[in-house]
Amino acid sequence: MSMNINMNTAQELKIVSPLTEEKEEADQKWSEVIKPKVGWFEINFNEIWNYRDLLMLFVRRDFVSIYKQSILGPIWFFIQPLLATFAFTILFGRIAEMSTDGLPLILFYMSGITLWNYFQDCFTKTSNTFTSNAGIFGKVYFPRIIVPLSVVISNLIKFGLQFIFLLCFWLYFFKVDGAQIYMRKEILLFPLLVVLMAGMGLGLGMIISSLTTKYRDFQYMLTFGVQLLMYGSPVIYPVSSLPEKYKFFILANPMTGVIETFRYGLLGQGAYQFGYLCYSIIFTVVVLFLGLLVFNRVQKNFMDTV
Amino acid sequence: MSNIVLKVENVCKQYRLGYVGTQSLKDDLKRRWAKIRGHEDPFLKIGEKNVRSEKSDADYVWALKDINFKVREGEVLGIIGKNGAGKSTLLKLLSKVTGPTLGNIKVNGRIASLLEVGTGFHPELTGKENIFLNGAILGMTKKEIKSKYDEIIDFSGVERYLDTPVKRYSSGMYVRLAFAVAAHLDPEILIVDEVLAVGDAEFQKKAIGKMQNISQESGRTVLFVSHNMGSIKNISTRGLLMKNGGIELMGDIDDVLDCYLKSEEEVEQKKARDIVDRSGNQSVTIDELTFDTGRKGVADTLFCGGEMVLNFRLKVNDSSVKKINIGFSIHNAWGDRLFVLYSAYQGAYYNGNKEYLNIQCHLASLNFSPGAYTVIGRVEANGLEADWPKESIGTFNIIMGDFYNTGSLGFINERVPLLVKGEWT
Repeated sequence: MSMNINMNTAQELKIVSPLTEEKEEADQKWSEVIKPKVGWFEINFNEIWNYRDLLMLFVRRDFVSIYKQSILGPIWFFIQPLLATFAFTILFGRIAEMSTDGLPLILFYMSGITLWNYFQDCFTKTSNTFTSNAGIFGKVYFPRIIVPLSVVISNLIKFGLQFIFLLCFWLYFFKVDGAQIYMRKEILLFPLLVVLMAGMGLGLGMIISSLTTKYRDFQYMLTFGVQLLMYGSPVIYPVSSLPEKYKFFILANPMTGVIETFRYGLLGQGAYQFGYLCYSIIFTVVVLFLGLLVFNRVQKNFMDTV
Repeated sequence: MSNIVLKVENVCKQYRLGYVGTQSLKDDLKRRWAKIRGHEDPFLKIGEKNVRSEKSDADYVWALKDINFKVREGEVLGIIGKNGAGKSTLLKLLSKVTGPTLGNIKVNGRIASLLEVGTGFHPELTGKENIFLNGAILGMTKKEIKSKYDEIIDFSGVERYLDTPVKRYSSGMYVRLAFAVAAHLDPEILIVDEVLAVGDAEFQKKAIGKMQNISQESGRTVLFVSHNMGSIKNISTRGLLMKNGGIELMGDIDDVLDCYLKSEEEVEQKKARDIVDRSGNQSVTIDELTFDTGRKGVADTLFCGGEMVLNFRLKVNDSSVKKINIGFSIHNAWGDRLFVLYSAYQGAYYNGNKEYLNIQCHLASLNFSPGAYTVIGRVEANGLEADWPKESIGTFNIIMGDFYNTGSLGFINERVPLLVKGEWT
């Protein structure tokens, strides 16, 4: 019906406007037409590419501004996983005496925490894209997806540093401590694992941020939900220690495959199965695809409801 | 004729009033359900015309309704209208911040919009870093910014502070830097919203000059919203007057400005003769008060810095009165009485030898700040109070104008009632 309204008025206009002008306009080529709605699959990748400089500047901004005016600065990148690792080691390792597949406690927990943090950062920090950037989005247009992409990339840098930190511990345990750890060829899957975590976080984040432009309910669930999800993943315990009847639930968590593959490759122990990883891959592809579609659809008009 | 670079076709924008909550959820579900059944969106039929001051129960309002216009290459289109007329909504649609509810906007060329200066400035980053960040947000590539970097710094005049975080900047410096970046954008179409009402006079002049440059020298198209009629008149070649979400008039900038000034704030003011509550012996009464811009026509809206004529019409009921002394006071919207002036102060008395007396008072160079004003009048005859209506006998508006003849608007604050000019040596 909205089409009908347009056509009627358009016809009236034609009668009024002089013939010459009409002809002139017919020849006119437009570089862009702003329409009320965009189709589900109208994603302008070309435009996103044109804004790549902005993407890198956002990454730089995020990275540079985080620890400005703090004394320890980037050292905070390391303190956070270190403290969490100590806490887990004491709580779950020493007091609760949970299994770690015979791996050194610190390495076991730290590997899980480092991975989980990256996923969690990608997820939670992209999930409020629309609400927390409403100010800037309301004043200027650029492809909105640049913001969540920049979050994923700037957190990747942080993750990279934490990973190197983890490798230092690995070297210590391998050389000095002589612990029973060894890398397997599956460590070559590491880049894929990073892509999976980033993709999952980004996809889920985009879905949540699109859903929360109008109704904020999901946002209140989020922090709590992500924390629960961590307890439902092998960050704290290895899959091998699970009773059969709960195994299914933990394996349903798409991060399970990622974490177990990582531990198997880096430390030599873990429930690595190609099937688990396949599940994570499929999950990531689906979530990322859905996220892109919803995000692209919402970005056009969200300013009216945010 | 140059090419059409922007064509707006039947554009409408509907907004929902009130909170987002269960009611809006209900509406969303209804909308979805209508769509599933293949019906039209039930809420597009309703929605009222956008009249800000009228009270209404409607949940939906058309902020813009059936907007059609074209802009040709190299034109500078000044968009004017009262608050809430839909100017900013139109600019938002044009700059893709939000989409239209109905209709299409066809564009030829790159659009850059400047709805605010310093969008995306990060307080912790240095001036230099923010130049790049802000430039990229506005759509420039790093290469473009680099090639204009020196010009930008030169234009901003804050070279000394480039390595300081912008949170340490004074607000003026902040604006200078931000505008400098924006002014060096190189789009085919530039959209600007009221950003010039900041910064000091020197900088405002520079900014307006830059905008003129953009259109005249490089032939780019500029769309410009402002409440400063002075700068609109200076820069624009054509004007677009908006009212209640629609286009009232589009055409030559002078015609549009005239139309705007006449339509601005058509307040129903009681004629002085109809006021019931009044004191005095009524030998002479105030019949009517009209205003004149001193140049043409009767208008209740006057430019700050312009001139004004008050036309008092007195009715003489007792023809024997000799010394008529008329006085008035002007009050601003806050109720402050700005001054009282009686003709007797300047030695002017009038004779009651006619039934109606027309008395004019000419005020040169109005120095009231923009806003609404009311006039109270009082008449004395032969030293006795003749008439004192207890309500205002006239209202008028002052809008921003070029008081200082420099393009500067001066210190704009509703609680600062006066503008004063000095001789600087």
